[in-house]
Amino acid sequence: MKYMSAFRDSQAAAALSIQIHKITPHRTLRIMEVCGGHTMTIYKYGIKDLLPDSIHLVSGPGCPVCVTSNSFIDHAVALARMPGVVVASFGDLIRVPGSLSSLVTERSQGKDVRVCYSPMDAVEIARREPDKDVVFLGIGFETTAPTVAAAVKHARTADIENFKVLSAHKTMPHALKALVENREVNIDALICPGHVSAIAGTQIYDFLADRYRIPCVVCGFEPLDMLQSIYMIVKQISQGRSEVENQYSRVVNRLGNPVAQQALKDVFVPCDMEWRGLGMIPDSGLTLNEAYQVHDALKTIPVHLDAPSRENPACICGDIMLGLKTPSDCPLFGNACIPETPKGACMVSSEGNCAIYYKFFR
Amino acid sequence: MSGKIITLSHGNGGRRSHELIAKLFVPALGHPELARLADAACLTINGTNMAFTTDSHVISPIFFPGGDIGKLAVTGTANDLAVMGAKPLYLSCGLIIEEGFEMDKLELIIKSMSEAAEDAGVHVVTGDTKVVEKGAADGIYINTSGIGMLSERAPRGLSSVAVGDAVIVSGSMGDHGAAVYAERESLLIKAPLHSDCDCVFPLIERAMAVCEDIRIMRDPTRGGLSSTLNEFVMDQPFGIEIHEAAVPVNDPVRAICELLGFDPFNLANEGKVVMVAPYEKAANIIEAMRSSPLGSEASIIGRVTDRYPGRVCMKTVVGGERIIDMIVEEPFPRIC
Repeated sequence: MKYMSAFRDSQAAAALSIQIHKITPHRTLRIMEVCGGHTMTIYKYGIKDLLPDSIHLVSGPGCPVCVTSNSFIDHAVALARMPGVVVASFGDLIRVPGSLSSLVTERSQGKDVRVCYSPMDAVEIARREPDKDVVFLGIGFETTAPTVAAAVKHARTADIENFKVLSAHKTMPHALKALVENREVNIDALICPGHVSAIAGTQIYDFLADRYRIPCVVCGFEPLDMLQSIYMIVKQISQGRSEVENQYSRVVNRLGNPVAQQALKDVFVPCDMEWRGLGMIPDSGLTLNEAYQVHDALKTIPVHLDAPSRENPACICGDIMLGLKTPSDCPLFGNACIPETPKGACMVSSEGNCAIYYKFFR
Repeated sequence: MSGKIITLSHGNGGRRSHELIAKLFVPALGHPELARLADAACLTINGTNMAFTTDSHVISPIFFPGGDIGKLAVTGTANDLAVMGAKPLYLSCGLIIEEGFEMDKLELIIKSMSEAAEDAGVHVVTGDTKVVEKGAADGIYINTSGIGMLSERAPRGLSSVAVGDAVIVSGSMGDHGAAVYAERESLLIKAPLHSDCDCVFPLIERAMAVCEDIRIMRDPTRGGLSSTLNEFVMDQPFGIEIHEAAVPVNDPVRAICELLGFDPFNLANEGKVVMVAPYEKAANIIEAMRSSPLGSEASIIGRVTDRYPGRVCMKTVVGGERIIDMIVEEPFPRIC
C-alpha cells in the first residue's frame, strides 16, 4: 500500500497541476479518455478541479458494459429463458436493460442467471452441472478477452463441452479509427487505455499519431498517473508534436503481452461488431474460430428472438459515449434514469459515464 | 412503490430500503417514534426514558474472521441502543433454524452469544426457537430485540446539528464488510482481514462523559460510512464535507477494495460509531475514545457545512472534490 500512496501524493498533485496550468494554451482542448477506469479516476479524485478551465476531459466509448449493444442483451435474455441454460456473466452486465427485459429481471423471475468474477467460475459451473449448457457472456476489450480465451482452451482440454461463450468482445484500434474519423467528435488528443495497452502494446496507437496527428499518451489509473498524462499531452500540443507516449511504463511496453496475444489468436478471429453509440464497425470484434465452434453459443444454441432489438429513443448513451454530449444534456438523466432504475447502459456500469457522473459529480 | 417485486436492494440499507420504509412501513404503521427512523425508538415509560430496538441477522457465512452470527446478533442490537445514548440492558433472542443444521455449530453460536452478552453487559432474558423445513431458510437466522436505559446526555438528534459541527468516526472503516466478503467468496487473499464486530457502548460512554451535547450518533453498518453520512444530511438544511485523507482505513481493507473495485466507505462496520458533535469539543471526544483500544484510531473526518445542503462531499487525497452518495445496489452478499 505504501507503493500506491506514492501515486496519490497531494503535494506532487499540486505541483503537476501548476505545471499543467503553466503550459496550457488559451484555446479549448478536448482530450478524450477511452477507458472506463480512467473516467473513474477523473471523477473519483476530482481531477477536473486541478485543471485549467480550457481543458475539457471528454469520456469516450471505453466501458465494456456500455458499448454492449441491445441486441446482445436481448440474445442473452432469450438464452436465459431457455430450459437447461445457465447464463453466467460479470455483475454489471446483468442490470443492463435490453429492448424488453434485463438479465436481473429474468433472474428475479426464476431464470438461472449467475454472476461470476472470472470466466473460469463459469467453466467450473459447467463441470459441476454437465446436464446444462453454461453460457458465459464474453464482453470487454483486449484486456478481458484473453481470460475468456484461456477459459475456452481449458474447457476444451478438460472436455467440458457444455461451456459456451456468447462473444461480444471488441478490440480498440478499429473503434478508435472510427472515432477520430467522425468529424463531429473533434478531439485534440487521446488518453489511451492502460490495461488494453498492457495486452496489445503501445504500438496499436501509432497510426493515430502518424496518420491522424492525434497526440496519444498511455495512462495508468492513479490520480498522479492521470495528471502526468495530461501534462504530457498538453506538452505535445504546445510543442506541435503528435506522438505515442507511455506514461504507464511500469505496466505497459511497446509490444504488449505476447502470451495473451497468442491466446487471442488461438481462440478468436476478428469479426464485424456492433457498438452502442458507434454502430457496426468492421473487424472490431472477436468471435470464436472454427476450431472452438463447439464452445460458441451463437453456433450451438439457436435462439428465437420475439422482436427486433430497439434502443430507448430518449436515451442518448450513444452520443455521450462519443463525447458529443454530457449526461446532464440527457432528459432522462437524474429523472427517469438513475442508478436504481437505469434506462441506458451508461447508468448501469460502475464505469459508465452517466453512473460515474451521477455518483461523484451531480 | 417502484418495482413489482422485492429485490435484494430493498434490504441493503441503501436508497431503496429507505424508500420502502418511508413509503410503505411508516405510513401504514405510523407511530411518530417510528417515523423518526432512528436506530432505536426512545420511549418514556412511567417517567423512565428507555430505548427499544430490534434487528434480524441473516449473515452468510455464519462464521467469519472476527466473529459469527451469534456475536453479531448481540453486538448489533446492543450497538443500535448505544448509538441512541442508551446503556444496553436486556435482549430477547428469536432463532429460526433450518432442519438439518448441525448441533455443533448451534452450540458454538450460542456460546459466542453468551460471551458477547457478558462483554456488552447485557442479559438475554427471553427467547423463541422455530425450526423450518430444509430449504426454507439458509442455516440459521437470529432476531434480537433489546431495551436500554437512555442517558441524560443522549443525543438530541438531527435538529440539534449546527453548521461547523465536527464529524467523527471511532476507528477504521470497512473492516466487517471486507472480512465477510473475503470469507464468503473464498478469495485466496492472504490478508489479515478481521471483522470489527464489537459493542461500542464503552466508547460512547467515554464520549458522553466529556461532551454533554453530542448531536447524533449512528453505527455505520450496511451501506457503510457513505449511507450513514447521507442519512444525516437527507432533507436537511446542511451538508457534510469530509476529507478522504482523514478517514482511517486499514491497509488490508484498502487492498481488497483496490483489487475488487469497491469503496471502503460503502463497506459495513459492526463495531464503529459515527457522530456529529460541537467542533470545540471534538478534540476531547477523540482523546476520550482513544483511551479505549476500540477507539485508538478515532478521528475527526470533516465538518457540517451550509455550502451544499442535503449533500455529502469529499475533498479527495489529491485535492479534488467529489460527492459521496448512498449505495444503490449492494455489491456484497448478506453481511449482517
